[in-house]
Amino acid sequence: MRPFFRNKGRKGEALGLGSASEPAIELVGIDKKFGAVHANKNINLTVAKGTIHGIIGENGAGKSTLMSILYGFYQADQGEIRISGRPVAIRDSQAAIAAGIGMVHQHFMLVEDFTVLENVMLGAEGGQLLAKGTSHARKELKRLESDYGMEVDPDAVVEELPVGTQQRVEILKALYRGAEILILDEPTGVLTPPEADHLFKVLRVLRDQGKTIILITHKLREIMAITDTVSVMRRGEMVATRTTSETTVEELAELMVGRRVLLRVEKGDAAPGNVLLSVRNLTVKDSRGVVMVDNVSFDVRAGEIVGIAGVAGNGQSELLEAIAGIRKPTSGEIWIDGKPAAGIDPRGLRELGLAHIPEDRHHMGLVLKFEEYENAILGYHRDPRYGRGYLLDLDAIREEAEEKIAKYDIRPPNPRLRTANFSGGNQQKIVVAREIERDPKLLLVGQPTRGVDIGAIEFIHKRIIDMRDAGKAVLLVSVELDEVRSLSDRILVMFAGKIVGEKSGDASEQMLGLMMAGIAA
Amino acid sequence: MDYFDILISILGSAIRLSIPLLFTALAGLFSERAGIFDIGLEGKMLASAFAAACVAHLTADPWLGLSAGIAVSILVSLVHGFASITNRGNQIVSGVALNFVAAGLTVVLGQAWFGQGGRTPQVPAQGRFSPIILPGADEIRSVPFIGPLYANVISGNNILTYIAFLMVPLSWWVLYRTRFGLRLRAVGENPGAVDTAGVSVAWLRYRALIVTGFLAGFAGTYLAIAQSAAFISNMSAGKGYIALAALIFAKWKPVPVMFACLLFGFLDAFANFMQGKSVPLIGEVPVQIFQALPYILTCVLLAGFIGTARPPRAGGVPYTKER
Repeated sequence: MRPFFRNKGRKGEALGLGSASEPAIELVGIDKKFGAVHANKNINLTVAKGTIHGIIGENGAGKSTLMSILYGFYQADQGEIRISGRPVAIRDSQAAIAAGIGMVHQHFMLVEDFTVLENVMLGAEGGQLLAKGTSHARKELKRLESDYGMEVDPDAVVEELPVGTQQRVEILKALYRGAEILILDEPTGVLTPPEADHLFKVLRVLRDQGKTIILITHKLREIMAITDTVSVMRRGEMVATRTTSETTVEELAELMVGRRVLLRVEKGDAAPGNVLLSVRNLTVKDSRGVVMVDNVSFDVRAGEIVGIAGVAGNGQSELLEAIAGIRKPTSGEIWIDGKPAAGIDPRGLRELGLAHIPEDRHHMGLVLKFEEYENAILGYHRDPRYGRGYLLDLDAIREEAEEKIAKYDIRPPNPRLRTANFSGGNQQKIVVAREIERDPKLLLVGQPTRGVDIGAIEFIHKRIIDMRDAGKAVLLVSVELDEVRSLSDRILVMFAGKIVGEKSGDASEQMLGLMMAGIAA
Repeated sequence: MDYFDILISILGSAIRLSIPLLFTALAGLFSERAGIFDIGLEGKMLASAFAAACVAHLTADPWLGLSAGIAVSILVSLVHGFASITNRGNQIVSGVALNFVAAGLTVVLGQAWFGQGGRTPQVPAQGRFSPIILPGADEIRSVPFIGPLYANVISGNNILTYIAFLMVPLSWWVLYRTRFGLRLRAVGENPGAVDTAGVSVAWLRYRALIVTGFLAGFAGTYLAIAQSAAFISNMSAGKGYIALAALIFAKWKPVPVMFACLLFGFLDAFANFMQGKSVPLIGEVPVQIFQALPYILTCVLLAGFIGTARPPRAGGVPYTKER
């Protein structure tokens, strides 16, 4: 029978030798190309044992590629990986696990209809038959629970667990396999603020017990809060490594983007005018018949930004889709600029003065296979400016697309490029340009900067504020609490389909976090 | 003939008709739970029926016939694997293509080798799987109810029938009590989880397809040298698709699969029985109505009476590591 842990003796060793100077991981001259894309250029990195090391960088900076190489998903074209001073060849994930590396992926690698126990055991069953391994795993989970304070019911089915607990299962999976080095890829993206706090507590306990942790994130605040050292990646290169206590958010942001960035959103006071959007007793059910939006009422006035805060899945998406005419409300009323709007299709709503930047640009905002100029008129293609009858005036469309590309600094500036070939931030700018340039009265914005780099975030935020200052009503839905707080004049918090409270734009993060978790109102 | 005798005779016939379905549906269970849709069950059945009939004819040994049937079926399965796992092709297209290849190739080879219009020559009696009389069958035949049931339904079937029913708990045990089963179910739901756990997705799926080929080989063999005594062109007659329907109907679980196959077998037997008989009040009903029943039932049941039949989440999607 194969041993349960391939490196059983190592834990004691790590505890005994856990001095901060000894390297757990050394990457020497790692280089990786995907065709013409040079994802990692001669990367050197050393992480000391028993520390938390952060890696930050914009999308496409090469962080994920680097970690995938470390976890055996890809092979580096050149370079060497050393674990605890010994060179190791990591040809596949099996080898990475054997070397004591565990990874918590951004999209959890869990089998959703398996129990926690089955997920933890998968790949480390300890023999051909499950019976023996099951009782062993059950005991191990108990031990890990008491050692690290990570409670979880081993017999719970994973898909029924909250996201934070699912993530805990991922960490337990790695620890069960005897991981000494834990890589976490954007771990807080799906968590509520209290869940994220709990995660950080767990990570600190793990570090104090001698584990080495690598945290990949684009959130500078997290880097400052939890890491000991931090490395910055930009365009496939490792541009700097700092001791966290000796650096600042501003310096890290500048290193990431390569220029000075305005982190705070500058905006003046709002001057609210007439009510442009009025929602009364709105209830929306999803396709399974579950009530997602539960008797919600609120107003949005001209010249103000109303933000909806909440943990993903608490009804914000359904609310936004119902107002945008994509989802049929079960009951309730929607008024846009004094006209009834419930049940009208998106085309009719556009004529009422609504524009919608959908939450998911890939599924709703864009057709990725289209060329840029085609996406630039999507949904507005019936406008007489773009053609007559059944024919499109391609010259006029492309000309206008070029104007928007220039105005929104969309790169590369080529309207004939397939949309899939633009980066996330530029794709989002295509959507933002299309919706804002129609000069709507009411703008619905969903997750405006999801998967968008810092530079583009700054730009998009500025455009949204401009809309407000031009006297438009803006309804913003975002799972990024920072974003909601910095843009909104008023914040509505949604929990379990209900609006549980309204706060002004400067409400504290702790307060909103508790409301989002359904604890305070 | 009283009603009880009729029932016994229909039940006996239902068992015989459901066996190829049961083998095939269990075969499909393994590949679909591993995330490989297998519309090519029909082709595997046909190819293995042909191989079993040829070998049994030549050697007069049913076990060699079975071995040949299994070997050919596994081979067809591996071709499906090569197309859909290694080369990440569309699983439906590959399956349909294999069905056509099997339907055509069996007839062409049969004609070339034996010159009987695509049939294989009659398999001698000792080359077939013949009925087994279970101990005590004759003695208790006269006991009311239990006697005829035991003697005519449970006893008197060939060895493959008993193997088929043994395969049901065995499949359950493999799926839910072994490491292979755990990984197989996982790879059909989220291959990424298996890959990151350090287990090869491709090799796991290939192994699942080998099991599929193994079980489908029994089905084809049953058709050719247990139920009949030769290969006849297109003798599977859509059973592969019915088995697939039974699999969906049973929500990809072994024990429900058995009941679904028995139900479809029963409908088939009932249709045979109703041939030429008249129904009270209605008169003689065309036999086609009864023959269509399993298909109609499948449509009706799938259309909503069994709730949502959720296939394995990763089904039909070739696995690629994300970038």
